Amino acid sequence: MKRKIPVIITSLVGTVLILSVFFPPAERMGEDFSIFFDIIAVFAFFLGGGNLVRIHGNKIYKKARDWGFSAVTLAGFFLMLAAGLFKIANPGGIAADVTAQGSLFQMLYDWIFNPLGASMYALLAFYVASASYRAFRAKNKEATILLIAAFIILLGRTPLGVYATAWIPEQFSLMQIPNLAIWIMTAPNLAGQRAIMIGIALGVISMSLRLILGVERTYLGTDNE
Amino acid sequence: MNNLGLIISFLVIGAGLLWFLLRALQGKEVERRIIFVFIGLAVSVPILFSITFAEKASPIVKAVYDKIENLPDGSRVLISYDYGPSMAPEVEPMSNAFLRHSLAKGHKVYLMGLWATGQSIAATAIDSVVRREFPEKVYGVDFVNLGYKAGNQGVLNVIITDIRKMYLTDVGGIDLDSLPIMDGIKSLRNMNLLMSVGGGFPGIKEWIQFAGDPGHIPVAGGSAAVSAPLLYPYYPTQLLGLLGGIKGAAEYEAELKRHYPQFADTPQPGIKMMGPQTLAHLVIMAFIIIGNISFFVARRRRG
Amino acid sequence: MKNVPISYPTFFIILPLLIILNSALTAQPEVTPIDSAAALIPRNITAKDFKYDRGETIELNWKPADRVNQEMLDGYEVYRAEESSDSFVSIGFTGPDVTRFKDNGVVSEKRYRYRVAAIVGDVPYLSEATPPASPTMELVNFNLANLFIIGCLIAGAVTYFIGHARRGKKLFIRKIAGLEAIDEAIGRATEMGRPILFVPGINDMDDVQTIAGITLLGRVAKVVADYDIKINMPVSRSIVMTTARETIKEAYMGAGRPDAYNDDMVRYITDEQFGYVAAVDGIMVREKPATCFYLGAFYAESLILAETGNSIGAIQIAGTAQPAQLPFFVAACDYTLIGEELFAASAYLSNEPKQLGSLKGQDVGKLLAMVVIIVGVVAATISQSWNIAFFTRLYDLMIKLFTVQN
Repeated sequence: MKRKIPVIITSLVGTVLILSVFFPPAERMGEDFSIFFDIIAVFAFFLGGGNLVRIHGNKIYKKARDWGFSAVTLAGFFLMLAAGLFKIANPGGIAADVTAQGSLFQMLYDWIFNPLGASMYALLAFYVASASYRAFRAKNKEATILLIAAFIILLGRTPLGVYATAWIPEQFSLMQIPNLAIWIMTAPNLAGQRAIMIGIALGVISMSLRLILGVERTYLGTDNE
Repeated sequence: MNNLGLIISFLVIGAGLLWFLLRALQGKEVERRIIFVFIGLAVSVPILFSITFAEKASPIVKAVYDKIENLPDGSRVLISYDYGPSMAPEVEPMSNAFLRHSLAKGHKVYLMGLWATGQSIAATAIDSVVRREFPEKVYGVDFVNLGYKAGNQGVLNVIITDIRKMYLTDVGGIDLDSLPIMDGIKSLRNMNLLMSVGGGFPGIKEWIQFAGDPGHIPVAGGSAAVSAPLLYPYYPTQLLGLLGGIKGAAEYEAELKRHYPQFADTPQPGIKMMGPQTLAHLVIMAFIIIGNISFFVARRRRG
Repeated sequence: MKNVPISYPTFFIILPLLIILNSALTAQPEVTPIDSAAALIPRNITAKDFKYDRGETIELNWKPADRVNQEMLDGYEVYRAEESSDSFVSIGFTGPDVTRFKDNGVVSEKRYRYRVAAIVGDVPYLSEATPPASPTMELVNFNLANLFIIGCLIAGAVTYFIGHARRGKKLFIRKIAGLEAIDEAIGRATEMGRPILFVPGINDMDDVQTIAGITLLGRVAKVVADYDIKINMPVSRSIVMTTARETIKEAYMGAGRPDAYNDDMVRYITDEQFGYVAAVDGIMVREKPATCFYLGAFYAESLILAETGNSIGAIQIAGTAQPAQLPFFVAACDYTLIGEELFAASAYLSNEPKQLGSLKGQDVGKLLAMVVIIVGVVAATISQSWNIAFFTRLYDLMIKLFTVQN
């Protein structure tokens, strides 16, 4: 029974959502189910926040390994929560928009949260380099083609690419590195991407049908009835 | 002093790469920390010493420039800010360049956003570009900020037939009918050019599908490098031109600087950021070569 | 307004007439048209229910007047009034070359009349009102019939092969290296006595990629429970947290070791993308898992996670349906499940005939896509290059078949 009810709910909601595309009277029901999910997700926020506080609180209480990190996490969590809930230093008072300029919440967002996010994102520059160093090896024919394509794209995105092949006459302009880079991105690359997209779409259909028909139950923790 | 620093930096990077090339010839691999140090140098040296490269506009960028340039003075250009702060470093140079060019050419500029974050970015652009560089331009006459409306492409579906169904006032609550710039504007079809700057959803693709195509209005745009390939198929029929990533922004800024000497001293973040990008690309290429050399040497040794 | 064929005396005769006509037509303050030259007024206006919707739209079509050329026309303005009222209100504007309008502001089963004006300069040349039309709700959206048929074909093939496999027919499924490696990867963690890290992406449970990740978690958790290895699963969505806990708990119960299960195996970090990445990176560097699984929806964080995993020497198995992130995973991980392989993974690992049958059905869809692409490309190329009528018709048919109308 414990497993039957979730399978029935999955089948019912899945079927209604598909039908709502093709049968106008079912449209509203489809919208309702989407709203149900949003409502459940909002309540789940409390679960998430509670879990965060419990796990890190425990770590600090037990002075477990690296408990200092947990203290920083909880301090950040409660500071941001208080700044948002009580609208601390908000020029418009408690009734104002939480993100009003000058409020503590907005300052924390602008001066701590944003730069930290940007720093994490900036790590990509370093990781792209180390991943390229390892990945682009001319181990076989396919890898060599990939390596050449990578070189053309890398050069094509710099002014050097323009200078290096500026001498090629206009009627052969496709052979100029920047144009060649664009061609690689728009022809072979895009064709491959679209093939993957078609495969993904079919995979989604097949997976969804397995869920709706109750054939796939692994997400419930077991395959058994 | 600046030049000396620059020469020393290049010597350090060059000598370092040469050293690791020699090690590669002995079949030795490079540790990831070393690569990180070189990338750090490649990104920071051009910023510290303001290294820039001469840029030449590629046809896809030139097409956007020519469109704004060839529209009759006083044409109506709409710029949509479809991005958030995380994407801003890459695409903000584009939206600023479009805004600068359109105002310099005497066009009327309408700013809006399909992203909630676009509204404040448009307001920042008005402060940092319009008020500073074009103090003579009057709000409501030469430019207007319509702000953000929720609904993604649904907004376009509505304003393609009637702007006032979505926008009764501008971002500051001023009645649109009281703004001279809105005289004769009923829908997007009254615009001469639509430009979207962004890189996510909703973005240029939605502008093409829900405004440009049904309304037969020219669409151009600027996009983050990672999403540009998905837009190339629309060029040149449905999308008249596109600035892809920092490189596109730099090419546009260079074109603008070439034809408008008054912009010689305005900030050109696109051109400025091409220095780090170029050097970082070269360092990555150098390490790919080094990696391949050490790979082949090691393979030969293994027989 | 070049070359207007009206002389000055005629103009002065027509003007008062125009004013009289105008006032007669515009009893309401909302509309002020000047119906001068009938030749400019749009013709054959039809207002009818927009088919196959919820009854919230009326569709208008008209023809431009013979004498109108698009250059002189600024566009068309559409006016609406309820049947019982003569108060026509402007509801929208179209460009000069568009002679169709969809009115979404109507209420089901109410009756409305419309007038369309050709706008020249600031002057509207207004048509007569249409007969009343009312929007009604249809039971089936036949506009999407093509989509429905294609969907039914693929879904039919999937269900057929599920049944086919149930009847005990043998099916050939190609080997997927990334999935074959799962046991090896878990075995390695057992040998090294280090934990396994499982990252289900950063999207919520309403993304089918996350569901695919969780179904794989079910498989992984079973082995983990059997071998008594520590599994660590940081998540960025609360609903994913509760679902994953349930999945792992069931796996431990299935293995007969419910006491070994602990809620803290799955922990919520934050919904924020880079905050989550920072935390997962920290966990990797501190706990040095032997095996990392990245199965779900990933964005810019894919390479940051995979490179950190690589730096600690973990075996890494990734899978996502985000085409832009696949190259990063391929470059930095040992095995990558590319797009559809992620969705096929659970069926593949279960080795159950009915699940494997669904993969076979998927192949029918692929075959269909390939045939359609080839026929479409051939028809388009021949029709464009040699203008052969048959291929042009075929090309048009293909476009019609694969265009979603709205």
